[in-house]
Amino acid sequence: MFIYVLKKIGVIIPTFLGVTLVAFIFIRLLPGDPVLLMAGERGMTEERHARMMAEFGFDKPILVQYGLYLNQLAHGDFGTSIITRKPVLQEFMTLFPATVELSLCAIILAVLLGLPAGMIAAVKRGSFFDHTVMTGALTGYSMPIFWWGLLLIIFFSGILGWTPVSGRISLLYYFEPVTGLMLVDSLLSGQDGAFWSAIRHLILPTVVLATIPLAVIARQTRSAMLEVLGEDYIRTARAKGLSPIRVTGLHALRNALIPVITVVGLQVGVLFAGAILTETIFSWPGIGKWMVDSIFRRDYPSVQGGLLLIAAIVMIVNLLVDLLYALINPRIRHTE
Amino acid sequence: MRSMKTLLAAVCGASLLAIGAAGVQAKTLVYCSEGSPEGFNPAFYTSGTTFDASSRAVFNRLVEFERGTTKVIPALAESWEISEDGTEYTFHLRKGVKFHTTKEFTPTRDFNADDVIFSFMRQHSPEHPFHKVSGGTYEYYGSMSMNDLIKDVVKVDDYTVKFLLNRPEAPMIANLGMDFASIFSKEYADQMMAAGTPGVIDQLPVGTGPFQLVAYQKDAVIRYAAHPDYWAGKAAIDNLVFAITPDASVRYEKLKAGECHVMPYPNPADIEAMAKDPEVNLLQQEGLNVGYMAYNTKMAPFDNVNVRKALNMAINKQAIIDGVFQGAGKIAKNPIPPTIWSYNEAVQDDPYDPEKAKAMLEAEGVTGLKMKVWAMPVQRPYNPNARRMAELIQSDFAKVGVEAEIVSYEWGEYLKRSTDMDRDGAILLGWTGDNGDPDNFLAVLLGCDGVGKANRAQWCHQPFEDLIQKAKVVSDVDERTRLYEQAQVIFKEQAPWATIAHSVVFKPVRKEVVDFRIDPFGGHVFYGVDLK
Repeated sequence: MFIYVLKKIGVIIPTFLGVTLVAFIFIRLLPGDPVLLMAGERGMTEERHARMMAEFGFDKPILVQYGLYLNQLAHGDFGTSIITRKPVLQEFMTLFPATVELSLCAIILAVLLGLPAGMIAAVKRGSFFDHTVMTGALTGYSMPIFWWGLLLIIFFSGILGWTPVSGRISLLYYFEPVTGLMLVDSLLSGQDGAFWSAIRHLILPTVVLATIPLAVIARQTRSAMLEVLGEDYIRTARAKGLSPIRVTGLHALRNALIPVITVVGLQVGVLFAGAILTETIFSWPGIGKWMVDSIFRRDYPSVQGGLLLIAAIVMIVNLLVDLLYALINPRIRHTE
Repeated sequence: MRSMKTLLAAVCGASLLAIGAAGVQAKTLVYCSEGSPEGFNPAFYTSGTTFDASSRAVFNRLVEFERGTTKVIPALAESWEISEDGTEYTFHLRKGVKFHTTKEFTPTRDFNADDVIFSFMRQHSPEHPFHKVSGGTYEYYGSMSMNDLIKDVVKVDDYTVKFLLNRPEAPMIANLGMDFASIFSKEYADQMMAAGTPGVIDQLPVGTGPFQLVAYQKDAVIRYAAHPDYWAGKAAIDNLVFAITPDASVRYEKLKAGECHVMPYPNPADIEAMAKDPEVNLLQQEGLNVGYMAYNTKMAPFDNVNVRKALNMAINKQAIIDGVFQGAGKIAKNPIPPTIWSYNEAVQDDPYDPEKAKAMLEAEGVTGLKMKVWAMPVQRPYNPNARRMAELIQSDFAKVGVEAEIVSYEWGEYLKRSTDMDRDGAILLGWTGDNGDPDNFLAVLLGCDGVGKANRAQWCHQPFEDLIQKAKVVSDVDERTRLYEQAQVIFKEQAPWATIAHSVVFKPVRKEVVDFRIDPFGGHVFYGVDLK
């Protein structure tokens, strides 16, 4: 197992270096530059443009800039935003807990609903339930997130008034962030009703962000279960007279879970992508919207730092998934 | 500070619960702003979002614009004199003006001349100890040419300060009302410098303005409390909250749900519903902007005034107002909006007459003309949909035998390439005024100095240039008005642009909001606003 972990980490390091290069080069390949965008319609003279580019250090040859950047990174410095003039890491850490909270809730919801729905659909293959789940999954997968989010807001917040329109907590409550996770901080604040307010604010964005992973997990679980249910050992288990719940819930599910766990791991990347839109609709102060704003403004240090940190998180989650995968299926760690 | 925040939270709570109800103790106005400020030092930035959160709430300037107008009124300066030759401006400062008291700073003195000199010299002098703090790039100060204009800022006594200029400049007073000219506390700056954290003054602002910053959570919320010792009297509302809400449809939902009182930039598609909503007052005003199409007057055949005039006559502007602005615009005939003084009502716009346009082109020997029309990739206040506008112009041009190809680039690239002297094609662009002075449109966008920069028509026409240069150095407003009116006549004759539209700004506010006024500069000012 130890060697297996080492091998996985060995893959991560070059990948991480590759991401630094890609993040660095690609943002610079985009046409336009931050100084031009700052000047707007007014325009600016070549001299002023050159002076401002030099002040930001963007006038040096690109390889020199990259070398300096790697050196900075080696010292744990992710750079300073050229727009807000705050350290990128500080900005990221301020916003990241909001994205984590939303993503965790979304993935938990997706697994809690997707797994049983997929299982039941497989067991009752061809039934009305199966068709409903698969149609729902296809619809969920194909739905534009922005439209879906607005639809839910208009219906549940606008017409029914059940949920707040947007934000993380009612403006009634104010407390200094401790963990950055609103559910935890609202409990720590001890203010009456703060926790409930945080939950109410989480409902709609969680549903929206969970929609695609839920659809994917339900479909994946169904097909994995169908495959496993046709195996000889399931027939044997049934022949032995085990209860149907034991057969599907234990023997089949454990084996069907392997591909499902991989899919759940891969959904982390999907969640970050979905967070960009979800956060914009629900005014959720997370890293998705921050990244998009930074790209539009050509805030090179923020885009580079943000991409790198997100890539690192996705890689770590995938490593954990691989480890979990190996725990569930011992054949993997032995064969690799 | 923590106890103050707890108190504020309690106060916010009480008043928010009572949105729409009468008889609340503390009044909290919630503004659903469209984005996070880039920072809290308005001298670094150019966006209205940042100005709303910083200069317009937290700071004052020597002079300011009367709320809802472009009229300059005294603020931190009670009065001023201008020397005969127009190169010395002497300001007499207001006494007894208090800075905010915050967790980081307790002022020991009132505002005085040192604060004015600090605020300007920080931007002006590269040797100033604060010049490079927070990476200082003073975009507006530079682009308004203040570096070239101001020779020095001198303290005469504690309450008198003198600006020495290198040349007379009539719009100087209006320039000093702009956001970048906000006044900081020198005492706070000195304390932070001594503590080794000079950048704090740009992150945790201390000003003399009507509201003081209490807390800011990026992309979520900004909280302010009314400045209790504000020199013009404490604000009618006790607390001001910016609930940051980037999506326009969501902002409207929040407004309907009573989660905020005022929202900016509604979706054009929602305007009709807002007008009918019994909970909402839909305010509207012509914006201080102009959307135009600039020909490259250096390139044939657009160097020929008759060709430009003919093309202008081919454009059906009313169709653009209906199709692109969805009625929320007004046909532009002058390069300045009607809300600016010296707007020349007498100017006659080129009539929409495709037949005549075609004949004029033929008379000039222009047949089978192929040209490019540049469409911006972004939505701007003066042009909500440049692509659609370009398509309408393309179809209008086709009717007079001109084949137009629509091109577009990424916004930064678009801005850059559009300034090229040999640019191929006519470009859609526009302008929103900075200080309400006609010079800010006519000289910046059409003056000879702007060629290769903001003057996208690359148009340098001496009779026009003489008028606007003369108007720059005359301080008599009536005389300046006369000169600008003449300049507009010449502009129309020479047609370097097709002037297209001035947009109408809509501002939905809830019924309980009292006396909110649309700011012609596009800002959101909450001093003077009350809640029923």
